[in-house]
Amino acid sequence: MRRNIFQETRHMPIRITNAKTEDRLLNRVTDLSGIAVDTCLQCRKCSNGCPVARHSDSSPSEIIRLLQLHADSRVLDLDMIWACASCETCYGRCPMKINMADVMDSLRVVAVEKGAKKPAGNMPLMNRLLTGTMNRFGRTYDLAAMMLYKAGTFTYLRDTSKFPMILSKGKIALLPPRGADTKTVRRIFKKLKSARKK
Amino acid sequence: MRYAYFPGCSAESTARDQYMSTLAVAERLGIELVEPKGWTCCGSTPAHQVNHDLAAALAAANLVKVRDMGLEMVVSCASCYSRMKMANHEIQSNPQTRKIVGEALGTDYDGSVRVRHFIEIILEDLGIKAFKKALTASLNGMNVASYYGCLLVRPNDITGFDDAENPVYMDTIINAMGGTGIDWPHKVECCGASLTLTRPELVTTLSGSIVDMAAESGADCIAVACPMCQINLDMRQNDYGKKHGSRYDLPVLYITQLMGMCLGLSDGNLGLGKLINSPRELKAKVAHHE
Repeated sequence: MRRNIFQETRHMPIRITNAKTEDRLLNRVTDLSGIAVDTCLQCRKCSNGCPVARHSDSSPSEIIRLLQLHADSRVLDLDMIWACASCETCYGRCPMKINMADVMDSLRVVAVEKGAKKPAGNMPLMNRLLTGTMNRFGRTYDLAAMMLYKAGTFTYLRDTSKFPMILSKGKIALLPPRGADTKTVRRIFKKLKSARKK
Repeated sequence: MRYAYFPGCSAESTARDQYMSTLAVAERLGIELVEPKGWTCCGSTPAHQVNHDLAAALAAANLVKVRDMGLEMVVSCASCYSRMKMANHEIQSNPQTRKIVGEALGTDYDGSVRVRHFIEIILEDLGIKAFKKALTASLNGMNVASYYGCLLVRPNDITGFDDAENPVYMDTIINAMGGTGIDWPHKVECCGASLTLTRPELVTTLSGSIVDMAAESGADCIAVACPMCQINLDMRQNDYGKKHGSRYDLPVLYITQLMGMCLGLSDGNLGLGKLINSPRELKAKVAHHE
């Protein structure tokens, strides 16, 4: 199931971006995460331990290699950026202490900013909805976010077989959360609108 | 023993049973847990995917409340635990982050509030001997697969929880209760966590293979300490079984629910009715002391 993008495009020259140095993706990632991505040795411990790489279209070490080669156009549309579950196995095993999960977070920020292809599962929408409930109620209101997500992605029918069980067991709160210090949370959201250089 | 207890959003929703059992067990063991007034969301997965300063500030808002109480923070959700530790780490290691978070909160915070998991409190503060003394029942040789998942143990230089590759904290508690913490290879594999909302097929594969390995290793049940792990392993094992032509009915319990069973607490107090795969057979195995 897993594609090897290097094998598939072996006869295609890798297009190196001709963007100015500071606009290159590698530099954007370093700015956002504060991580020196260019110290990667390509030992692939990250990819070998990655639980989702084999179910997606790339792997952590491959993404770093593409960044190092400035093959920017290949990176932002990768499914792997959004399939990453931030489990941190990669970071835990990296001999160079590169926090790959933070690199993925930075790539997500740039992908959303540049309007890259909508990823399977539309995680950016889910993120907007969940942070929206945090801003409104001071805490996550998962049921509301899930309903709005289903409406936004036309996936009303997915997992419906689980609804009766979830409702009968009271596995999810029906009413919005109450009692949170919403004043502080709203202040935080107002002050911290977008990601910055680190 | 007195701590500030941060319940986290799932305590009011998908992990109500973890919340109930943690409070009941703490009370029985004489551990006082005080909730910070007006606690707010730790930022969870979405905040750090959108903006790291936002994630640090949302977590720090609660750390500041706990600082003002003059206590240590105890957390039972692995995800909240991880976000609190990450916020402290970023604030301590990056002066710019500290400044920005301080401005957003309206108060300077130095990242020094100590954050602990409830399991750490049992083993490191209460001690296994005192815990054993309080037991009124035994797991009676039950085979339990301790499943730690990701966020407690990784990245270990930041969370400092037990060991990154072969943690044994939960096994220690299980063995003390007369059960057998089995040796199995998927203790720290990833269940797919919050991808359950956006990529359910992927999570079914990841969570299902963990349940499959536990079953193959002879487990009677799985013990967890994270709301995402619990719901994924419990809810998705049936789908995985259907896909692979097998059947699983492995109960997935919070470690605090198992502890409560051995401390003589009632099913209602532990929220056992909320589990999808029924723990009925396990309960029959538990042997109550004379």
